[in-house]
Amino acid sequence: MKKVIAGLFAAALSFAAPQTATAAGSAIELPSYEWSFEGVFGSYDKASLQRGFQVYQGVCASCHSLDYISFRNLADLGFSEDEIKAIAVDYTVQDGPNDDGEMFDRAGLPSDAFPAPFSNAKEAAASNGGKAPPDLSLMAKARVGGPNYIKALLVGYEEAPSGFDVGQGNYNKYFPGHVIAMANPLFDDAVEYADGTPATVEQMAGDVSNFLMWTAEPKLEDRKGTGVFVMIFLIFFTLIMYAAKRKAWADVH
Amino acid sequence: MSTFKPKNPVAAWIDHRLPIFTFLNHEMNEYPTPKNLNYFWNFGSLAGVALVTMIVTGILLAMQYTPHVDYAFSSVERIMRDVNSGWLIRYVHMNMASFFFIVVYIHMLRGLYYGSYKEPRELLWQLGVLIFLLMMATAFMGYVLPWGQMSFWGATVITNLFSALPIVGEPIVTWLWGGFSVDNPTLNRFFALHYLLPFIIAAVVVLHIVALHRFGSNNPVGIDMKGPQDSIPFHPYYTLKDAFGLGVFFMAFAVFLFWAPNYMGHPDNYIPADPLSTPAHIVPEWYFLPFYAILRAIPDKLGGVIAMFGAIAILFVLPWLDRSKVRSANYRPLYRFFFWIFAINGIFLGWLGGQPAEEPYVTMSQIATAYYFFHFLILLPFILPRIEKTKPLPASISEAVMGGGNAGQPAQAMEKAE
Repeated sequence: MKKVIAGLFAAALSFAAPQTATAAGSAIELPSYEWSFEGVFGSYDKASLQRGFQVYQGVCASCHSLDYISFRNLADLGFSEDEIKAIAVDYTVQDGPNDDGEMFDRAGLPSDAFPAPFSNAKEAAASNGGKAPPDLSLMAKARVGGPNYIKALLVGYEEAPSGFDVGQGNYNKYFPGHVIAMANPLFDDAVEYADGTPATVEQMAGDVSNFLMWTAEPKLEDRKGTGVFVMIFLIFFTLIMYAAKRKAWADVH
Repeated sequence: MSTFKPKNPVAAWIDHRLPIFTFLNHEMNEYPTPKNLNYFWNFGSLAGVALVTMIVTGILLAMQYTPHVDYAFSSVERIMRDVNSGWLIRYVHMNMASFFFIVVYIHMLRGLYYGSYKEPRELLWQLGVLIFLLMMATAFMGYVLPWGQMSFWGATVITNLFSALPIVGEPIVTWLWGGFSVDNPTLNRFFALHYLLPFIIAAVVVLHIVALHRFGSNNPVGIDMKGPQDSIPFHPYYTLKDAFGLGVFFMAFAVFLFWAPNYMGHPDNYIPADPLSTPAHIVPEWYFLPFYAILRAIPDKLGGVIAMFGAIAILFVLPWLDRSKVRSANYRPLYRFFFWIFAINGIFLGWLGGQPAEEPYVTMSQIATAYYFFHFLILLPFILPRIEKTKPLPASISEAVMGGGNAGQPAQAMEKAE
């Protein structure tokens, strides 16, 4: 009977899976990379997150906003309070209005969100050939394939096959439809890593995908940790209830 | 019932004036239940637990959520990031919605297999269908609240269905929206109704249980309890069995909650709603897919809407469409076969609902839709009564349980207890 129930669960879920894949219309097969945050006990690789943050700052941030992340959140990456203050202070944030009713600029504080590169979507679109670069906070959850898609996309720029017209765009092996507005953002040594890791395109693409997974799902480690604890409790609870049920039912006849 | 008296003097004083303890004892303790229920009878109490979980997490979310087109999406992200345990509360609410439907679908299929809708439980079944309908409305409006791309476009597609109605269609859609497109007034009223409907569901659940307790549960043999030898008190037998089932259910739920919380969701709903950009494929949540496939199978818009609502409405009259006096499929070899065909056809429809609206899926959807209605409108009332030879029923539940009858499953399940 338990098998039947488990089977029904499996059946109900397995037909939900292909739906999600087909629904976004990506018939392109994505490569599957290894991620430290996968698996039952998965956690973030903090060194990689810090490197990924460097890639975001050095490359992505000139066009892409990160609206849902504040400087204080960088503590998750292993930065100390002083380091976070030092990162924030390099940014200029508009504040106000002050007592004279005027907006003013000041240095960033840990409580500030990352300032967006453009003041509104129209400006972002106008500066980027008509298409506003999307906010990156949730990108790892907002695309089929998540971090695999992001990494594949960043390493997926190549020459268009002969006869394929990309118009004003760029050819990318993994972008749905293959024509992407964003030019290839990464080249070897685009950033100089603070920890001395050689900054190959593959390395940077992996690090920034890790970083964007964290921005999308900052509570992942709490979630999996809580899950292990809850699961252990449920196993004991269920076994005890099963034993109690067996004992109570022994006299039915 | 008459012999029950609370031992505690305060409880006895209260019970004499307001017999709640007598009532609870009667309905949840000594309540006579068939002794042969299998684990498919766990899903009623599981649905109750799911409803309570949804209401509790939903109230907590409502304390942090902002129903406004400019703030809804970011208020949900704030819950996920800055509210204490907000990620847990929201993921429980999101995933329990799916598990609620899984549980209710199994609960309904159990009712179909064992003929639980038959005389004298017709109203019990109809109240259940009403709960299902209310659940669908609630889930639909809840999915709109995060104001992601699928929220917005799902709401646009589904509310637009009403425009298919002749003459009154357009005014009804404008009235539903509170304007001329899905916008802030729509979000506001959906939030209000999403908060209201679960309590209406809870009220109908009470009626569902009142109707259930009138004659008690059906059982795998499908014959009535004929005396004390056929029944056992609800407590401790079924309270413990339900508690064990609840543990298994929560484990399955925890796998998704903690390790794949977005598996049953759609990535597009992590993109803020944009009325100027339509997603490539607008797909409803998985639990609506079979009905979505029926909607799209009919080339005519009004026809599709009628077929979709008809697919649910037909369940209301099922007790009169199925004319066999024998309840359990275990004694109806042909019905048993066609039950499984129906179930597989339902899953197939769900799969089709997730495919793009193009060939060969459209033709396949039409065949599967036709079969759905054939099952209820032709097979059950006209074909099976003429050709089906049912197996002899055991004289009593206890005879079936003791292995004297032809009861198959329940007899095996009880053997180890002897």
